[in-house]
Amino acid sequence: MVALEREGVREVFGLPGGANLPMYDEFHRCGIRHILVRHEQSAAHMADGYGRVSRRPGVCFATSGPGATNILTGIATAQADSAPMVAVTGQVPVHMIGKDAFQESDIMGMANPVVKYAFQPRTPEEVPLSVRKGFYIASSGRPGPVLIDIPKDVQSASAPMRLVGAFKMRGYHPWTEPDVQNVERAIETLIRSDRPIILAGGGAIISSAFAELQAVAEMLSIPVVTTFKGKGAFPENHPLSMGPIGMHGHAEANKIITEADCVLAIGTRFSDRSVGTFEDFESRRTIIHLDVDPAEIGKNQTTRVAVVGDVKASLRVMLTLLEKRKISQDEGGQWIRHAREMREYWHENLKTHPGELGAARILRALRQVLPPQSIVTTEVGQHQMWASLFFDVISPGTFFSSTGLGTMGWGFPAAIGAKVAKPNVPVVDIAGDGSFNMTENSLATSILEGIPVIVFLVNNYSLGMVAQWQRTFYNRRMVGVDQGRCPDYVKLAESYGAQGIRVHTLEELGAAIRAGLKSDVATVIDIPIDPEEDVLPFVAPGTPLTKMILPS
Amino acid sequence: MWAIFSILVENKPGILFAVTHMFRARNFNIDSIAVGITEDPKYSRMTITTVGDERQLAQIGKQLDKMIDTIEVHRLDEHKTVYRELAIFKIRVSGAEERMEVNNLINAFGAKAHDSRKDSVMAELTAAPEQIRAFEELARRFGIIEMARTGIAALQRSAS
Repeated sequence: MVALEREGVREVFGLPGGANLPMYDEFHRCGIRHILVRHEQSAAHMADGYGRVSRRPGVCFATSGPGATNILTGIATAQADSAPMVAVTGQVPVHMIGKDAFQESDIMGMANPVVKYAFQPRTPEEVPLSVRKGFYIASSGRPGPVLIDIPKDVQSASAPMRLVGAFKMRGYHPWTEPDVQNVERAIETLIRSDRPIILAGGGAIISSAFAELQAVAEMLSIPVVTTFKGKGAFPENHPLSMGPIGMHGHAEANKIITEADCVLAIGTRFSDRSVGTFEDFESRRTIIHLDVDPAEIGKNQTTRVAVVGDVKASLRVMLTLLEKRKISQDEGGQWIRHAREMREYWHENLKTHPGELGAARILRALRQVLPPQSIVTTEVGQHQMWASLFFDVISPGTFFSSTGLGTMGWGFPAAIGAKVAKPNVPVVDIAGDGSFNMTENSLATSILEGIPVIVFLVNNYSLGMVAQWQRTFYNRRMVGVDQGRCPDYVKLAESYGAQGIRVHTLEELGAAIRAGLKSDVATVIDIPIDPEEDVLPFVAPGTPLTKMILPS
Repeated sequence: MWAIFSILVENKPGILFAVTHMFRARNFNIDSIAVGITEDPKYSRMTITTVGDERQLAQIGKQLDKMIDTIEVHRLDEHKTVYRELAIFKIRVSGAEERMEVNNLINAFGAKAHDSRKDSVMAELTAAPEQIRAFEELARRFGIIEMARTGIAALQRSAS
């Protein structure tokens, strides 16, 4: 615990059990706040939300066996989205390992494929170094989750505390200085192209390269699209912003990227959900790839120029070189005019649901009422994709979602973690009823620990995205998607001591959001929508971005 | 394309699992793997042979490099590398004439004979994998009761 305090840890999300009791006993002695969860998966998501917002590893605790397996989903989620996290699990005593002891699970083996690194200190002397290294690994380079699995006897044994200063790790080199020559080549390629575009991914947000990204885009007057994970790397009300590409990308974004001849990709792994099909995407354009992780270069896409390094540092080098060249921006160019026209066209002409509580309307209403610096998380499903389509992120780095693993139930606990990291900023979880069901018991944590967030519940009484696929691909044979009118979310919220508000009009919705912003307790806003509303545009899985299905 | 990766790793539990799991999780294949301690007991060397196209092999190298407990990862050039594998065969023999033939085969390959029995003999062969395959082919005529191979160990020749 002293080692954790030295890492600057002030809060731990967790749940005690037999095998981590000695650690828990230390909470009496140290200055770290323990935030009790009702399921270990939520502890991991809270730590994840905390980590993404604060850019310091969030910490979660779980006991051995089922406690440890329960946090696995949370760890895998953090790994898929490169979020810094340190998960500390209790383990059965060293001499019991391998004996199928009560609440023993081989969490080292299970977690290995979904962590950045895992430690199992076998003596108390090893603990401080594991913690020191763990925090360093979790937060450096491409961030990720680290597991520290501590046997119970190691927790209770005492050893002289030898605090660790410098340490060596021969096999870990998280930062590479961007190669200036490669940046030169990137610039050459970019300015020689006729129809360049910037594709900003999650890496641009992780490295906070917002100012650099905007400066490069403005200097060269290049339209900017993002991946879904990169949503909000670039202000979405900026004239050069075209929004996210992908399966449920903006129409203008998918159209413009299919016309581009050169892509400056910044911190992205070219996920299938973003690019449609790998083959089609790479065959149509020259790719310049900036990434901190060398293994991402060439993994899914063949690149012309690659710059390995922190993307903020790489963009800074690019800016310096561009300034030297005194490149003047070409605002009147045909390409940028075309992009602007396309943006305007789709802003005006994309057909949306006509209902009072159509997805576009409710999300635009949320944007209007919510202060720009507010943090937004989402769950996974239709509401998530509507958020991508209709909720503009204005202040960069304020939008977070489980994009890689697509973990239902992530958004609410992550919002609580985000609120702990930034208590003075409003935090909203854009939720669907299916996902919210999975971790709704985090309401208890929110109430008892005084961490008020707003749950913006887009309620279609069903597993909406699955229902949409059954309507689209399975000839409306609906199976396992109807959730019925259960539970009553207003009563549910109230039973926990939270505020529950059901709305029927946009006016009531605006008032409910305002009430949530003022509230000292969590607010669940139940927004009943048309269960038949689909998310459109839609690029079907396994098809290129050119084959976009538009609303008719 | 066939490739040999030589990987210097921290000598501690869990590494073999982590490395082999990476191959499985990323849909690569391991043809052979040999692991042993190095001149410095803090480190082990893994020699992995695999087959893939250029993009896959490049990815294998990068993913191995990315692992925190791998210290050095080299894709060896087979023309500049000494690589050998050890194989042990238990070969069926019936009669003196066949025994002589098997012994001749063993001698021809520079293998060693062990555990000569009434109806079997064991052969120990250290060679490049294609020679081991050739030996196996010829021994099959007599009948191979059992065989075991170690996988390749390899080191790059010093630059001249």
